Amino acid sequence: MNKKSNAAQQQNQSLGFDVKKIRNDFPILHQIINGKPLIYLDNAATSQKPKNVLDAIEKYYREYNSNIHRGVHTLSENATEAYELARLKIKNFINTRSNKEVIFVRGATEAINLVAQSFGRNSLNENDEIIITELEHHANIVPWQLLREQTGATLKFIPINDNGELIIEEYEKLLSKNTKIVAVGHISNALGTINPIKTIIDMAHEYGAKVLIDGAQATSHTSVDVQKLDCDFYAFSGHKVFAPTGVGVLYGKQALLEEMPPYQGGGDMIKMVTMMETQYNDLPYKFEAGTPNISGTIGLGAAIDYVNEIGLENISQYENELLGYANQLASEITGLKFIGTAKQKTSILSFTLKGIHPHDIGTILNNEGIAIRTGHHCAMPVMERFKIPATSRASFAFYNTHEEIDALIKAIDKCKKVFN
Amino acid sequence: MFDIKDLYQEVIVDHNRSPRNFRVIADADKTMEGFNPLCGDKLKLYIKIDGQNISDIAFDGTGCAISVASASLMTDAMKGKSIDEAETLFNNFHSLITTENEIDSDHLGKLAVLAGVKGFPARVKCASLCWHTLRSALIGDDKPVTTE
Repeated sequence: MNKKSNAAQQQNQSLGFDVKKIRNDFPILHQIINGKPLIYLDNAATSQKPKNVLDAIEKYYREYNSNIHRGVHTLSENATEAYELARLKIKNFINTRSNKEVIFVRGATEAINLVAQSFGRNSLNENDEIIITELEHHANIVPWQLLREQTGATLKFIPINDNGELIIEEYEKLLSKNTKIVAVGHISNALGTINPIKTIIDMAHEYGAKVLIDGAQATSHTSVDVQKLDCDFYAFSGHKVFAPTGVGVLYGKQALLEEMPPYQGGGDMIKMVTMMETQYNDLPYKFEAGTPNISGTIGLGAAIDYVNEIGLENISQYENELLGYANQLASEITGLKFIGTAKQKTSILSFTLKGIHPHDIGTILNNEGIAIRTGHHCAMPVMERFKIPATSRASFAFYNTHEEIDALIKAIDKCKKVFN
Repeated sequence: MFDIKDLYQEVIVDHNRSPRNFRVIADADKTMEGFNPLCGDKLKLYIKIDGQNISDIAFDGTGCAISVASASLMTDAMKGKSIDEAETLFNNFHSLITTENEIDSDHLGKLAVLAGVKGFPARVKCASLCWHTLRSALIGDDKPVTTE
């Protein structure tokens, strides 16, 4: 064992964080890709699923698969109970006042569209303004562009500086009594920047604007308390927080949700239907038309249990350590440029390599068993801001190790050898 | 399992580093843009046509090594070819990078170095973007080409 990996192994244990044990909880990590052990560094795209999540989904389908909120039979009662238990777990996870404020949706994208259409479309007109940021994922841009087309409202952007941080002074200038909605990502998926959302929320509220936080990148790295934040809406996806795809959460303040009309019509969101009219169901069911992703929701509940067991404090401390280690090694690579150097950031290493296109880096790394994301990360305005077509992005989770970062650095060196 | 050198052969690395025909033809008879929205590769082809022949062809844009080298090699290969010959070459090249079976690539000349792409399915679009763009410019509907 060389000196470096010795040091790496010591660091893996330095925080009393047993990565080896944690890795055993994730079956997918133990496989060979292109002749090399898989090194999964694409966690910002989607996270892997621990055994307890996989087991919870399988148990549902093997033992009590049935529709919820309907049958009087035992399976349906069990399914309903498990589904509602997941809601309760979310309530505690992000500290909502009531479980009526936890709406299950397909993912953060659907949550944002729901707010744009149900809240925005019914309350905005051509004199109103929506503020988003230059850092956003397309999921927090396009729904507002659609709303702009539907209502004639104006869409404005908070710019970022060269480190990839929002310029709060510019935000202050954009705010006015016409501002109705401010929609901001909690953490940037392309750069890892942690935005000062508490400040942003408080400033918006001074003008009476409502604030939506896109938390897709946040809930797997940092604890969220929607009451402390005082945001009006908070959206996140299950699959980024170790749960299955196809399930996510919209938190909304109850008073706002009560006022909002349903987003979709169908079963489960009604109290009574005649051919002439429908009486809508109470919260949260008013926004949950149709049979939901029951197994995914139960899986999300199990994922929250898993995260709670390890502890978000421990997770973020370990991930920060990983990021620091990666930054230090990467900064020694000639020609490597960090994209996104915010003071407050999560474990995302976005970079360019002089003379080598990210797509080629992605292929060469994949041949070494290393999965990273290359491209614009669904954040084309960010790429435009930095005048680059794409970046390579390694994003770390708490099941990654210092040795894996050593392998990443070695593989980046290999890219340079292929092209020189 | 594929060796990364099967993909990034010396000729490809060289054409990426110093692409041939990487320029604008201001008085081109046909221009066409190609775009891969997944990875952001963008290229523009400029073509001079003399009767039925491609008398000059050039490109500019940004892209990965595979897409730049492919455009460089393609423009080299196309100079002086008739539009019919271009179509034949398009079909042969397409087979080279997509079919499982070994094909006779002697007539493809240097273009054959891109055969390694077929071991990397995610990269086939990178190699074929310039070709689809060319085809659209010569016989297509004058709409920009996109891989998606």
